[in-house]
Amino acid sequence: MFGQIITMGRFVVLEAWRTRLPWITAIAFVLVLGLSLFAKALAVTESDRVQIAFLASLMRLAAVFITSLHIVSTLAREFNDRVVDLTLALELPRTSYILGKFVGYAFVAIAIAAAAGLLLMPFTQGHGLLVWTSTLVLELWIVVALSLFCIITFNQVMPAASFVLAFYLLARSIGAIQLISASPLLADRSLAHGFATLLLNALAYVLPALDRFTETAWLVDGGAGAASLGNAVGQTLAYVPLLISAALFDFHRKNV
Amino acid sequence: MTRARGNQERSWQVVPKAVLIGMALSLALQIGWHAVQPAPVAVARDLSAPPPRMALRALSLGDPIFLSYVLLLRLQAFDNQPGISIPFKDLDYSKVIGWLDASLDLDPVSQYPLLLAATVYAQVPDEPKQRAMLDFVFRRFLDDPARRWQWLAHASVMARHRLHDLQLALRYAQALADHAADASIPSWARQMHIFLRADMGEHEAAKILLGGLLAGGTVQDPHEIAFLMQRLDALEKAEKSSIESKK
Repeated sequence: MFGQIITMGRFVVLEAWRTRLPWITAIAFVLVLGLSLFAKALAVTESDRVQIAFLASLMRLAAVFITSLHIVSTLAREFNDRVVDLTLALELPRTSYILGKFVGYAFVAIAIAAAAGLLLMPFTQGHGLLVWTSTLVLELWIVVALSLFCIITFNQVMPAASFVLAFYLLARSIGAIQLISASPLLADRSLAHGFATLLLNALAYVLPALDRFTETAWLVDGGAGAASLGNAVGQTLAYVPLLISAALFDFHRKNV
Repeated sequence: MTRARGNQERSWQVVPKAVLIGMALSLALQIGWHAVQPAPVAVARDLSAPPPRMALRALSLGDPIFLSYVLLLRLQAFDNQPGISIPFKDLDYSKVIGWLDASLDLDPVSQYPLLLAATVYAQVPDEPKQRAMLDFVFRRFLDDPARRWQWLAHASVMARHRLHDLQLALRYAQALADHAADASIPSWARQMHIFLRADMGEHEAAKILLGGLLAGGTVQDPHEIAFLMQRLDALEKAEKSSIESKK
């Protein structure tokens, strides 16, 4: 089974290479670099800080967008072209198929995050960059697992990609939304407000706290420590298995 | 019969004529439509109030530094709207301060909002607006004196030489001195209030403060001690001459 997973993963990496994903990523990152240099030129002070903030934030968004769209579109094509049917007709368990896909896409995510880290290297170095790049890998792994789950559940690119995007935005802002709901200015203590707060708190329990990953402050102000990385590792270890098991559940029920 | 091109695409000649005609017509329609549209007119937009802090926090998607810079660059470029250049003095300063406050709340480490306030927006030829901006610098200095002292020192100099308001300059300089416990504030900034008092004719008060500073042992640099002694001497002479002239 382990060999099957590795083989599956190898084909995923090969597919990413041959579908020009490296070029698309490189072009996106170079565009983001250009935009960050433009922002730097506009800044009247702290120009280096402005550039790093723009470069890091936009590269993270680009990395998440490219990774999720790549997974959703390639798997949708496999479903539509009946490649999945053909693959499963071989002696390949469904679990190996999903785990192999995850392993392959996880390697692709490492390559994308490493490219982002390398592009940041001329502008910021040290411990902060290492933690930032490492947590970007972990963040992308969560996105990989989420994209796998979504495309298996929804089958089509549009709903799957929309769900991934909405989920990602919510996971990155749920902490702030919880703060808003707990604000004393808004706390009118009505039943509706209490219900909304309860719902938000419940939602926060099932969402990964992505706002604690890849913080720009680590690059510009320092302060990234083992605790930051440990927190991200813990969150990833808790959430990726959840998404993968949900994807396996749906895939095993699928009539392929 | 048309020849297949490559392994995927067919020749454009297989496209039905109706489609080609339709495409040409729609292109012509688009060009015609654009041609009859009125030319864009530059309309100045007023600066809106910033969104609530909590909403900005949520919008930052966990990356407040990035959003802080986006807000600042937007504010900085607001005077240059398409086709129109709005002088800074025509901006609503209460809203400008609101945006600067919001940006600083998102990224308290940044010096950018205070630099914009002290060296850009406070330079307009409109005294109430200058005062509003200096007041913003003073207010935000109190939140983090160690990191923001230089902007209050700048505000004090502006109040002294641009607004010619010695009382205001002294107020700011006194605030710098009151936070003198913080070693990151250099002695020249902490001593500003003494020289301002001397400028205001408060020789006695300045002398006492200067004497206290020298006796207190906070000043260690021999050059600085010599300079302060020289100033103390000058103050004593000035005081003597004013007493003699009164006699």
